[in-house]
Amino acid sequence: MKSGGLEMKNFSNKYIFIYAAALVAVVAVILSVVAMGLKDRQQENVRNEKMQTLLAAINVATDRDGAEALYKQYFTSELTVGTNGEVVSEYDIAADNMVKGEVRAFAINLKDEQNKEKSGAKGAFPVYLFQKDGKTGYVIPTQGNGLWGPVYANIALDEDFNTVVGVTFSHDSETPGLGAEITTEKFQAPFIGKQILDESGNVVSIAVKKNADPNGAHEVDAISGGTMTSNGVSAMLGDDLMRYQAFINNMLQGQAVEAVAENAADAPQEEANEKEVSNE
Amino acid sequence: MSKNKKLFTTPLLKNNPITVQVLGICSCLAVTAQLKPAVVMALSVTVVVALSNFIISLMRNTIPPRIRIIVQLVVVSALVILVNQVLMAYVYDVSKQLSVYVGLIITNCIVMGRLEAFAMSHKPWESFLDGVGNGLGYGIILVILGFFRELFGSGTIWGYPVMEKLGMYKIGYENNGLVIMAPMALILVGVIIWIQRSKDKELCEK
Repeated sequence: MKSGGLEMKNFSNKYIFIYAAALVAVVAVILSVVAMGLKDRQQENVRNEKMQTLLAAINVATDRDGAEALYKQYFTSELTVGTNGEVVSEYDIAADNMVKGEVRAFAINLKDEQNKEKSGAKGAFPVYLFQKDGKTGYVIPTQGNGLWGPVYANIALDEDFNTVVGVTFSHDSETPGLGAEITTEKFQAPFIGKQILDESGNVVSIAVKKNADPNGAHEVDAISGGTMTSNGVSAMLGDDLMRYQAFINNMLQGQAVEAVAENAADAPQEEANEKEVSNE
Repeated sequence: MSKNKKLFTTPLLKNNPITVQVLGICSCLAVTAQLKPAVVMALSVTVVVALSNFIISLMRNTIPPRIRIIVQLVVVSALVILVNQVLMAYVYDVSKQLSVYVGLIITNCIVMGRLEAFAMSHKPWESFLDGVGNGLGYGIILVILGFFRELFGSGTIWGYPVMEKLGMYKIGYENNGLVIMAPMALILVGVIIWIQRSKDKELCEK
């Protein structure tokens, strides 16, 4: 400080305290007013982006503004399931109607539910049902920890609850060029066609590891230089998919029963409608 | 007028924040693995240094010296959060890219360094120009690093697969994994400092 005469000025303690308090108060007011004023817009962005990533998982590309319409077009219902496989709530997207329970899967904060499970309480985990090209499928969202912060993924499964038909990864703060590469096509494409169940129907997930065998059903290649993020993704998929084991068992048994029933009766056209029928 | 122009141009080369003042090294290692984040970071830091320089300069005669660092920190953090909030509402995609760097901008030594060394003792307009100059001086180095690291580390420029289009992989070329790592960024900064000092003898220590 060459000029300005700052050193010469003598500030009393009283002045310093008042100055600090006033500064903090002013900044706090400005920030809260701005945050409150922009909250609606921000939340809408976040909502639309969530729909956009769910759509991306089933390979439907869209911009944020168009996401809501397409979401209603492709997704049929939202379920939340408990770890014992029971359906806690069900929301019919086209009818905009809660069929069962009170909370929409879309509104669930995955992290809260994971924490509930950790502390011994019961969580409810979302499953999104979609219809694409005449086929039903399921999207399971997951969330875990990368190197610097949370990482997220949406896994789209075929109706057998086994084969991956699409996947999207995102993150908050992984290193650009390293961990952040999980959002690239190069990392995501190998997931398609992989399987999350072993022969006896147990969830074994998909491991992200170095020098993965491209033909292995349960492994994909890690990112070079992004080992911690890759490990985080691996752990996330393992932990989160495991929670759906009981639900998957129930559904697969249910499908077997329905298939038998359909064979006994006839009506192959009912197949596409079976979800709606069971809702009623 | 020429004095103001000088304020703006000296930080670009002669008094570059990274290669001469040796500030902001940490963030320049973290964000230059690719060109795009490097450019986003460069622009963000330029905006933040310029505006915080301006605001602190306006307040400079009222700030008690004993708590000046905290006052500066509050102003910088508030500014960064404010900008990020607005981006989140209106240009969500940019804010998503930026969110990674918010912490890095607030703690960037260049911001605090310029506030301490310049804004506290100069008029608002001069401080603003000094901020823009230093931000851009920082940006130049970031862009140079980002360019070479992305090109040799991932074989792309701004995501465009240059090496693949040139057919380099077919003749046995491979990307250098080391270039993506942080240590290589530091080595590259060293190389830039070396080149700069060999051209400009004034910068060499006796």
